[in-house]
Parts: sequence; structure tokens; C-alpha cells
Amino acid sequence: MDILTQWLGWLPNLTPGLFVSLQLTGLSLLFGFPLGLLFAVMAAAKLAPLQWISFFFVEIGRGLPALVLLYLLYFSLPDAGITLTSLTTAIIALTWNTGAYASEYFRAGLAAVPLGQKEAALTSGLRGWTGFRFIILPQALRISTPPLAGLAVLVFQGSALAFVIAVPELMSKAFEIGSITFEYLSVYTLTAVIYGSLTLVFLGLVRLLEQRLGRHLQRN
Amino acid sequence: MITQLLTSIAQGVGLTLYVTGASLLIGGVIGLVLVGAARSPIAIIRTIATLYINFVRVIPPITWLFLIYFGLPQYSLRLSTIQAAIIGFSIIASAFMAEIYRSGLLSIPDGQREAAHALGLSPVTTVAHIITPQAFRVALPAIATYGIGLLKDSALASTIGVREITYYAQQSAKQTHEGLLSFVVAGALYIVISLVVALVARRVDLTLRRKIGVA
Repeated sequence: MDILTQWLGWLPNLTPGLFVSLQLTGLSLLFGFPLGLLFAVMAAAKLAPLQWISFFFVEIGRGLPALVLLYLLYFSLPDAGITLTSLTTAIIALTWNTGAYASEYFRAGLAAVPLGQKEAALTSGLRGWTGFRFIILPQALRISTPPLAGLAVLVFQGSALAFVIAVPELMSKAFEIGSITFEYLSVYTLTAVIYGSLTLVFLGLVRLLEQRLGRHLQRN
Repeated sequence: MITQLLTSIAQGVGLTLYVTGASLLIGGVIGLVLVGAARSPIAIIRTIATLYINFVRVIPPITWLFLIYFGLPQYSLRLSTIQAAIIGFSIIASAFMAEIYRSGLLSIPDGQREAAHALGLSPVTTVAHIITPQAFRVALPAIATYGIGLLKDSALASTIGVREITYYAQQSAKQTHEGLLSFVVAGALYIVISLVVALVARRVDLTLRRKIGVA
């Protein structure tokens, strides 16, 4: 019981941190997924420079540890005369990271749409953007959604990294409490419980989404 | 400037490889035990193993590291930064490796076990000489991919003060004010190591395939 009262006392300090974590995750996903789709479309573009740009950003976003990417932006942007808050820097780094991974899922989704669909769209007079928007993309998105949802859960866990550049998110708040009370074990256990239970909730939602999107397959 | 940065940051390559390799090895062995436990005929062991695997994976790696490095000394279990990092990453790796082994095992048809049984092989021999070699071959690419993931995760060890690549990059960035260049060098080192691991894994995979005549 002792530990529960202790935890309840800390919760008011931790919740603002959790909201920052969720905000960071949400914004990174909001910007990262469209960016990933853009990278995926650019990778399939006819223009070679577009392919190179996509390759460059995707490979750096995936090849570098997220922590290094975070530090890279944090230490280099001010030198370039761009001063951003640490939260904005974290959002940019996580967006890049998310976009790079998401582009692979989008690419796989786009590649899984049979070529006949595109040909059928062409013969129906749906050319270029219209055909892509109304025929190819909806089918590709249905294939990419489950892995993207899984990625979203990973981004939530990755948001804990923003701690290292002093974004006031959950880990920083926990560290603050730890350095005041010296109850590190207890406060990090509580943090782990918060991250763990939210991740479980998100994973449950992902499973529901997968079932919903798979309905058309179950019928026949 | 670049050579200077490279020599100072490359000092961390040893510890990065050490932490990654040791954790992958220890985690790999614990993972074997876990996957065995998860298929145990005793329900309680099965439940514990499955709970452990899922429990470990839903907590961010950085939280694990801090829990171990800052939390355990409270019970007078004082760990060096390297020990804490290896313990933390081993715990994480054990859960992921168990999942990889499981998918490897699932890919082995039941007929193999039945055939071994029909030939009069004992269960231990069956697992050691029939199932494991085949499952390992299937799991190898996934293990290599996870190893590269762990390599990138090992950058987190710098947050508790392990002197690996990211740690030295951070030091250089602070001392030389060459933030961009320092982390570009660090990033390049990670990418080079990943590429080497990927190439070696592909070579081993091809050799194994050729040995059994698939490719």
C-alpha cells in the first residue's frame, strides 16, 4: 500500500510529462506518415533526382540510431542559425525517423496492388493523379495500415528518447522526481507501468484495426 | 578536422560492438530457454514465459536502462555503466530473440519431428540434430536484422555514460562545436557496421543454403 500512495502522489507530476510524450508521438505521426507516403511515391518516380532524394532521406532516417538523429539535429541546427525549442527538434527528428520507416511500408503496400488495377484504371480513363488517388492508393493503404499502426506504437516508445535533449516528457519528469527523492527504482517502475499499459492499449487497438480491415478477406 | 573527429569518435566502436555483441549473445541464450519454456507442457511455465516476453517488449529500452542503472543501487546492487547496459539490453534482446526463434520453429513442418520419431531418435536428439539446425537457418536473416536493430539501440547506452560511439560524438560536439560533423561521423560508423553485419549474414545464409542445396 505504501508504494501505491507514493505513486499516487507522483502522478500529478508525471501526467504533464505523459501529455508531452503523447503530443510528441501524435505530431511525429501526423507529419511522419504523409512524409513517408511522399518518400514512397518519390522512390517510384520516373525522375532520377527524386529517387535519389528519397533514397538519401530514407536511408539516413532508417540507418542512423534515432538517438544519433536527435543529437545530430539538436547540435547542428543552432550552428545553421536555426534555433528551435527542444520539443520542436524532437518532433523533427522523430518525424524523419517515422517517415523513413513508414515509406518502406507504403512502398510495400503500393507494390502489392496488382498491375492490372492500374491498367484497368487507365482503360477507364482514370489517368495519373486521379487513378492513383481513387484506385491505387485506397488499396495500398489497406495493406499498409497494420504495419503502420505497429510503427505508431514503436514511435510512442521512441518518444522516450527526447529525454536526452531535455524535452519535458515522461522520462524527464520521472528523472526529476528520482533526483529529488532518490526513489529511482520506484519512480522508473511507475514509468515502466505507464509506458507498458499504454502500449498494451495501443496494441489492442492495432489488433482491432487489423480485424476490421481484414473483414473482406474473412467472408470468402 | 574530419580525421581528428573520426579518430576520437572511433574510440567508441569497441564498446559499441562489445555491448551489442554481449547482449545479443546473452539475450540469445536466455531467448532459447524462453522459447523452450513457452512451449513447455506445464501451463504455469508457459504462462510465465509468455508474460515475460510480452512484458519486456512493451517498455521502452531507455526506461529499462534507467530502471537498472539508477534503480538497482537502491538495493545496494551497484553496477558499472557497462554492466547495466549489457544487463538491460540482454533482457530486451532475450524477449525479441525468443520471438524470432519461435517463428523459426513454426516454419519447421511437423513431419520432421514425426520422421525423427519414426527413426527412433530420442526427443533430445530430435531437437538438437533435426529441428534446431533447420530452425536456425530460417531464423538467421531475422537474427541479423535484429542484431542491426540492437546495434542502433546500443546508442542509448551513452545516456547512462557508457563510452561508446554516441558518447564520444557527443563529447566532440561539445568540445569542438562541430555538432553536425561529429554526428555525421558517428552515423557513418553505425551505417558501416550495419552494412558489414548485413553482408556477413548474407554470406553465411548463402553458404548454409548451398550446403543443403536450396540455392
